[in-house]
Amino acid sequence: MNLGAIARHRLFWPLVALVLLLVASALKSPAFLEVTVRDGHLFGGPVDILRRSSVLLLVALGMTLVIATRGIDLSVGAVMAIAGAVALSQIAASPDPGALSTVLLAMATALAVALAVGVFNGFLVAVVGIQPIVATLIFMTAGRGIAMLITGGQITTVTSAPYKTIASGYWLGLPVAALIAAFVFGVTALLTRRTALGVLIESVGINPSASRLAGVRARTIIWTVYVICAAFACIAGFIKSSDIMAADSNNAGLFIELDAILAVVIGGTSLAGGKFSLTGTLVGSLVITTLTLSITILGIPVNAVSLFKALVVIAVCLLQSPVVQHRMRSRRRRVAPVPVEVPA
Amino acid sequence: MTTSPTAIPPDQPDQPGEPDRPDARDREPVVAMTGITVTFPGVKALDGVDLRLFPGEVHALMGENGAGKSTLIKALTGVYAVDAGTIVVDGTARTFAGPAQAQAAGISTVYQEVNLCDNLSVAENVMLGHEVRRAGLVDFRGTRRAAREHLRALNLDIDPASTLSSHSLAVQQLVAICRAMVVDARVLILDEPTSSLDVDEVERLFAVVRDLRGRGVAILFVSHFLEQVYAISDRMTVLRNGTLVGEYRTADLPRVELVQKMIGRSLEVLEQLEEAPKRVAAERGVQPYVQALGLGRKGSIEPFDLDVYPGEVVGLAGLLGSGRTELARLLYGADRSDVGELRVEGQPTRLRTPRAALARRIVYSSESRKTEGIIGDLTVRENIVLGLQAERGWLRRIPQRKADEVVAQYVEQLGIRPADPDAIAGNLSGGNQQKVLLARWLATQPRLLLLDEPTRGIDVGAKAEIQRLVAELAEQGMAVVFISAELEEVLRLSHRIAVMRDRRKIGELVNGDDVTTDDVVDLIASGGQDA
Repeated sequence: MNLGAIARHRLFWPLVALVLLLVASALKSPAFLEVTVRDGHLFGGPVDILRRSSVLLLVALGMTLVIATRGIDLSVGAVMAIAGAVALSQIAASPDPGALSTVLLAMATALAVALAVGVFNGFLVAVVGIQPIVATLIFMTAGRGIAMLITGGQITTVTSAPYKTIASGYWLGLPVAALIAAFVFGVTALLTRRTALGVLIESVGINPSASRLAGVRARTIIWTVYVICAAFACIAGFIKSSDIMAADSNNAGLFIELDAILAVVIGGTSLAGGKFSLTGTLVGSLVITTLTLSITILGIPVNAVSLFKALVVIAVCLLQSPVVQHRMRSRRRRVAPVPVEVPA
Repeated sequence: MTTSPTAIPPDQPDQPGEPDRPDARDREPVVAMTGITVTFPGVKALDGVDLRLFPGEVHALMGENGAGKSTLIKALTGVYAVDAGTIVVDGTARTFAGPAQAQAAGISTVYQEVNLCDNLSVAENVMLGHEVRRAGLVDFRGTRRAAREHLRALNLDIDPASTLSSHSLAVQQLVAICRAMVVDARVLILDEPTSSLDVDEVERLFAVVRDLRGRGVAILFVSHFLEQVYAISDRMTVLRNGTLVGEYRTADLPRVELVQKMIGRSLEVLEQLEEAPKRVAAERGVQPYVQALGLGRKGSIEPFDLDVYPGEVVGLAGLLGSGRTELARLLYGADRSDVGELRVEGQPTRLRTPRAALARRIVYSSESRKTEGIIGDLTVRENIVLGLQAERGWLRRIPQRKADEVVAQYVEQLGIRPADPDAIAGNLSGGNQQKVLLARWLATQPRLLLLDEPTRGIDVGAKAEIQRLVAELAEQGMAVVFISAELEEVLRLSHRIAVMRDRRKIGELVNGDDVTTDDVVDLIASGGQDA
């Protein structure tokens, strides 16, 4: 593959942004890229990025599948809040918060509630035919209220070693949160690319009516992706609440739906639906997490954080856009040596 | 390639008074394209093609699918950049950066698929971008009045305030033409304008076209219907595989020769087709594969009875909107019936979804290839195995090797070009997309094949191949329902013909040597009263 083809690759500019952010952070704070081993665990900037990006990656993976069907799910942040609220309330109410069985049971309950939200979203979109943005807006706004009801308006805190492991634990030297995200990524990849689910999702996203006439269960597939999306958001909610060992219904996963949509778009999946790329979403999630981290390291004033984030995202999206790509290519061609005129 | 003696060499100077353009002999061409070459990555879509359009003529652009007709039009209107060659408009060399510039120079295009806004009013569609303004704001009443005048000029008496989607496709097509004429176009390009129109509507369109010709507009007409081309055009330019075959006077070029030039091979295929004896009902199974008893759907189609036997082709004849498609959709479960009964192999069955029909080995190929057939962004391979895959469910992915085998078999059997399973289906020509769709359905090994306009908008060669395929499939015992706006085609292929009118099945004819298109037309005209 020549350089031009590499530069034209969908993920070229997101990767360049990622490398630039890492290099800038390392220049500012040389210890940033160092990875050290302490107590058999890996520590350092890159490990931190992996750990922190797990939440966004989980949400963005579900979002990728939803977007591929021409949909969108705004309720993911609220689902995170509900998941944390349900799990922590149940743990807090149990006589033995530190027992593994308590934690697993609480997580199962939370997952069941999240799945119910996903089923509801999917029902509104696939069966009732409400536009996805409106259908999921319901839980985006109502979901946090439900989470508040569950926690009784309090920020529920617990002490539970097994639950704490989700966000802060290490296994084989790596953060458990990153391993969970990697596992889910692997499962999603297998689920979509080793079965026919991926191509059927794409087919429904590209042309729903043609897919239905081709015998594809379009309705079931659309329904399924909303359930998957809610399940992944639920796992992200576990990590988030485990991180602070508290269920903060107001702030858990606040605005994460926007970051997740951005990660998907940066990864090259079109909001118009159809072809999707899980690897692209992985890169997109890493870019956004690194961006958030490097803002702190680069010492950018707190007031300017959103602006800086917006600038980087705009730059990446512009460089990826077909129009800009085309312009750059034709400029390169114009600079190339003029071919010798062949006499007629 | 040898140029036939009737071809006018492209570089021959334009002789005043030469006999081939009685209407335009003393005028300069309004558009002269010379040596046009357009290259896409890996393909030369056009190679040194010439085209001349004179004021006050209807010029047909002829060629098979993939011959380069659309590309040539897009090169003229600035959609594609030209790699070599010149475009002279009114004696000045021009390069258009886009359709808007071309339109400003008086070249308007009406595309095959109506490119209008369904949910806007007729007036807004006609005047889009040319609204009457007062003090910088749109004057809607004035706009409607202006639209009405433009519509009147084309003898279109419809309410400009009505929503476009409330009109038939034919009227929408005329609205599109009206829109093109708002800018006082001197060149009007009509790309397959008649492909979804019935006979009367075509006549109405042609009346408009003749009127415009009389006013000195140069009309470039692209169509697959030879009859229409001969009915309306003065001259024609024939393309094949992206190269120019020649420029001819329509009256000088017999149909057979034209077809020969278009397909560039002997007329064997065609002759075989013409000579093939009419297929008369013969060995059909004892039990109908499907049997509709008073099957109907409110607002869609009146209750009808229909039997389709294995090994039999049942043609559905009728005008556009007569309920042919609606009937087929009920048999496929694409729409649910609300009255009557459907029996598959004698068993009462309710088809609630296409998938249920698929499970009963019933498949339906829609008339709208683009919106209800092909999944544009997926590859040929993915499109072909989609039906099989849908039937198996998402969990049991078709193994790569099996998929490759199936795809290779049908790409070869149906002659899909390019023969590349990884090509993006949306980039294929219409005929090849149709073949991909057919391949998708044949791969599921159906017992009943519902074909809705499988030959519309595709070239003669592909058409002949599809017709032959249908005959073969029936011989092998498949039950086929064949829908086409071309009565000749229905008569040629069907054993039995169900005649439709006004969303009702009005009668049935057993095909035979003595049955002609006139019989069918009579039946349609009489509304089945005496049948």
